[in-house]
Amino acid sequence: MTLAPETTDLKIQLQLDGDWLTVCDLSTLFPGRGVAALLPNGRQAAVFRDRTGTLYAIDNRDPFTGAAVLSRGLTGTHQGRPFVASPLLKQRFDLESGRCLDDEAVRVATYEIQVS
Amino acid sequence: MTANLGATPTIVLVGHGMVGQRFLEALAERGLTATHRVVVLCEEPRPAYDRVALTSYFSGKTPEDLSMTDMEFIEKHGIELRVGDPAETVDREAKKVTSRSGLVVDYDVLVLATGSYPFVPPVPNKDAAGCFVYRTIEDLLAIEEYAKTRASTGAVVGGGLLGLEAAGALKGLGVETHIVEFAPRLMPVQVDEGGGAALLRTIEDMGLTVHTGTGTQEIVTDASGAVTGMKLSDGSEVATDMVIFSAGVRPRDQLARECGLAVGERGGITVDEQCRTVTDPHVFAIGECALAADGRVYGLVAPGYEQAETVAATIAADESEQLAFTGADLSTKLKLLGVDVASFGDAHGTAEDCLDVVYSDSRAGLYKKLVIGRDGTLLGGILVGDAEAYGTLKAFTGSVPPVSPESLVLPAGAGAPAQLGPTALPDEAIICSCNNVTKGTIRGAVTEHKCTTVPEVKKCTKAGTTCGSCVKVLGQLVNAELEASGVEVDKGLCGCFSQTREELYEIVLALRINTYQDLLDRYGREGARGGDGCEICKPAVGSIIASLAPAIGASNYVLDGEQAALQDTNDHFLANLQKNGSYSIVPRIPGGEIAPEKLIVIGEIARDFGLYTKITGGQRIDMFGARVEQLPLIWARLVDAGFESGHAYGKALRTVKSCVGQTWCRYGVQDSVRMAIDLELRYRGLRSPHKLKSAVSGCQRECAEAQSKDFGVIATAGGWNLYVAGNGGATPRHADLLAQDLSDAELVRLIDRFLMFYIRTADRLERTSTWLERIPGGLDHVRDVVVHDSLGICDELEKLMQAHVANYRDEWAETINDPEKLARFVSFVNAPDTPDPVVGFVPERDQMKPDLPLLSIGMRPAAPQEAALEGSVQR
Ligand code: SRM
Ligand SMILES: Cc1cc2nc3c(=O)[nH]c(=O)nc-3n(C[C@H](O)[C@H](O)[C@H](O)COP(=O)(O)OP(=O)(O)OC[C@H]3O[C@@H](n4cnc5c(N)ncnc54)[C@H](O)[C@@H]3O)c2cc1C
Ligand code: SF4
Ligand code: FES
Repeated sequence: MTLAPETTDLKIQLQLDGDWLTVCDLSTLFPGRGVAALLPNGRQAAVFRDRTGTLYAIDNRDPFTGAAVLSRGLTGTHQGRPFVASPLLKQRFDLESGRCLDDEAVRVATYEIQVS
Repeated sequence: MTANLGATPTIVLVGHGMVGQRFLEALAERGLTATHRVVVLCEEPRPAYDRVALTSYFSGKTPEDLSMTDMEFIEKHGIELRVGDPAETVDREAKKVTSRSGLVVDYDVLVLATGSYPFVPPVPNKDAAGCFVYRTIEDLLAIEEYAKTRASTGAVVGGGLLGLEAAGALKGLGVETHIVEFAPRLMPVQVDEGGGAALLRTIEDMGLTVHTGTGTQEIVTDASGAVTGMKLSDGSEVATDMVIFSAGVRPRDQLARECGLAVGERGGITVDEQCRTVTDPHVFAIGECALAADGRVYGLVAPGYEQAETVAATIAADESEQLAFTGADLSTKLKLLGVDVASFGDAHGTAEDCLDVVYSDSRAGLYKKLVIGRDGTLLGGILVGDAEAYGTLKAFTGSVPPVSPESLVLPAGAGAPAQLGPTALPDEAIICSCNNVTKGTIRGAVTEHKCTTVPEVKKCTKAGTTCGSCVKVLGQLVNAELEASGVEVDKGLCGCFSQTREELYEIVLALRINTYQDLLDRYGREGARGGDGCEICKPAVGSIIASLAPAIGASNYVLDGEQAALQDTNDHFLANLQKNGSYSIVPRIPGGEIAPEKLIVIGEIARDFGLYTKITGGQRIDMFGARVEQLPLIWARLVDAGFESGHAYGKALRTVKSCVGQTWCRYGVQDSVRMAIDLELRYRGLRSPHKLKSAVSGCQRECAEAQSKDFGVIATAGGWNLYVAGNGGATPRHADLLAQDLSDAELVRLIDRFLMFYIRTADRLERTSTWLERIPGGLDHVRDVVVHDSLGICDELEKLMQAHVANYRDEWAETINDPEKLARFVSFVNAPDTPDPVVGFVPERDQMKPDLPLLSIGMRPAAPQEAALEGSVQR
């Protein structure tokens, strides 16, 4: 989680096995809307930016349906914590911990994210 | 209980199924895991999982999703869980259990929870390749593999609960499915003849073939030993590539027999009311392997849970908690193949002198029966096709319901009075039978334990956590209790706004607030200001802004600026998200009228992009299976051919259906097609609290079904009749006549007013039908406002609609001409040309359908590897 200054040539990077993978320009990320990134290991990450400019990345796979769609959900704030709601069956996931807020047993992976 | 002197006493649990797991939880709750060593021998390759929900694997749940075992719980309580290591022998003399791996454990208490095994009738070739049972995750994996690679036809032996579940699963795998049942009807245990007939009809309508009153005599195989068919006892033969036996279960009491414990004549380990075996005070049996004190073996999970609690309490020997298991209720509610089936209490009416109240409509697949005692006591019942009232009825069983029994089974709209609410129930009424929770306990959760939401009450009481069929009643009770105890039930839109949707509409309109952020920061709840809102208020406010766009100076293009971030995913991609992450596309076909050239264009586009096509229930054509990056390409061609968005994705006007009307039909009295097209073009793109549907019929015969629409128009010799607030869907409602014999202009003006008044005052996701029923004064009030202008707002309503009509633009035409917006239509931001690999399709009936197994297995590395991967990237 990093605060992103408003510049256009800045890149968003995710940490994968110790290396930083560049996924897109900071400017492509629209506050409140996510994008999906394909990772070299075949998994997918959902990347979000909130209105303060804070960035988050979690696994893109919706564990309830199996579809890779979490990046297409609506984001929000619940008791001060950021979340995304799955666009399919609407379960909420905490963007910082990956925990599902509607089902304690479910959690998605999270990724370290930075701007450089 | 005598413990080995000096050593910690040991409890050994054999079998880690659903009941075994509940037993462990019951031990932990009573602190027994702290004072005892607990060893669990688990035969299956995975710890306890939700067997009741097993079939949901085929709708996309993974084995991990089904797990009921929290490893943190196991570790925290120091439970020694040995997965894949079954108990092989018990030496009761020496009090030792030996496992397959050779582990020998000394026990002080032994608890057997070994469940059941599926009974396979001893027919020739029953073990041939292609024969399966339906009990474990491993069974399902094998069935799936075989069905996908080697079978196009399948047969299920047994038409009971599980047989029907298995048949549903086979059908879902694309296999042509037969069901063979020995009894003369399906589900013979739960339903009676009438219910069986309703069920049969519905299941046959789904394309399954049912053979009742006949048994399997022999499995026929080919030279390689694989199944090719089945001979039935009535002499007929069914060609089939696979067979699933689902002819009942038998208790797994082998281990018990071998160590000399008494078992029943028809199996089951004989136990007393504490679930202690009658042979040995140190050994208990619970769940499906136990023959309970009332002489029955229970094949349901709820009684097993009760037994688990009983044994834990007995071991704790806690004076305050003397539990006994003396029998249980066999009520069940299921959704089989999409059909609701429920039975409760004395469903077959075995009590002396009892009476039946039956409502049956086999055309609609409905059958409802209540069994009533002479004195009016509700004794039991059967519901097929509509089990809405199950929760309430079950809870009233054993008492005299406060309203007449007839009114409880009549469908809404057929003269039934207001539904009986759960607030009328006595405190002892069992609300959740899976977990044996009474209404009193639920009320206590609210009043004493200060729970204020359904999730909190679930956690506190365990109610609603198993089969889920009681959750609806639970919600009603919690709200009623909150209101009664003076807690003001928050009527605000969501956690971010304390205002209702209607209040927010007024604020937006009066103050011309045209961004969500501005509204949230000025009018949101204290803690929500400055935040990111939530998925409930964002689309709701987005919709208000879109409805009022011209009046408040906002863009009327929903993907402009901040509005793009407010839209549900469907509106954001201007298409409908499907279960595998692909989208469907519905171009507008006003009034359902379409010229051959345009039909051909749709055909060509669908063919070129490999889309599944279907005529919708709304008189237009849906193309399914487009990947997100294909949407702009497809729409470029559609727009080019003169099509525009059909807003199938939006809470907006959907279709105005029409009948052919006066132009062709010998009965028609007005040009219904022209009117339907005019109305559809007038109101297209209008964002509203929920979707809006309409239809125009050319005469009273009503071929366009206008009386089931939000606004429906029926031609008369003198003009048009306008009906409002009709609804199909889950709670159908016939529309009410608002005004008669209107001219074209009068009709349009009245609809303008009606729609704008609805948009102004309805709640989020409230159709016109529920809105009309909710608002004070109902139809009369609406008529006063929109016909007689009692509030003096009609001018404003008309102006708002005129502004909408004048400013309408096609969203898709707009989007394909905007490169910045188009850049959003990719699966991956870092690989725009790569399609999402999870979106795959398999053939079906000359077209294709989503490849669902790809979703559950496609991208998922094996479990342990995944855990490592998650660990390494977690913060
Ligand atoms: C495609 C279609 C079924 C079909 O293959 O025929 C369909 C498909 C869906 N319907 Fe429908 N409905 C379709 C006609 C209907 C009809 C018949 C009609 O319009 O004449 C009804 C009953 C009439 C009514 O609405 O009063 C209908 C009542 C519903 C309901 C229940 C609404 C209610 O008030 O109870 C829902 C659920 C909802 O909206 O909350 C629903 C929801 C849906 C959704 C949006 C479910 C979802 O969230 O995924 C489906 C998505 C469509 C998609 O992905 O493209 N659909 N749906 C029909 C599209 C018509 C069209 O051309 O736009
Ligand atoms: C498809 C399906 C749908 C169902 N739907 C419903 C429903 O809707 N409602 C309902 O109430 N019930 C339903 N049931 C029944 C419900 O699943 C059972 O009542 C419940 O699972 C019984 O729990 P149990 O722990 O007694 O047995 P199980 O869950 O079967 O667990 C017993 C475990 O013991 C293991 N075991 C056996 N012998 C040994 C040994 N020697 N050593 C170690 N382990 C051993 C077995 O491998 C098994 O894992 C359904 C069952 C199925 C198969
Ligand atoms: S509603 Fe009347 S006019 Fe229209 S098709 Fe039916 S019979 Fe003909
Ligand atoms: S009745 Fe099954 S969870 Fe409540």
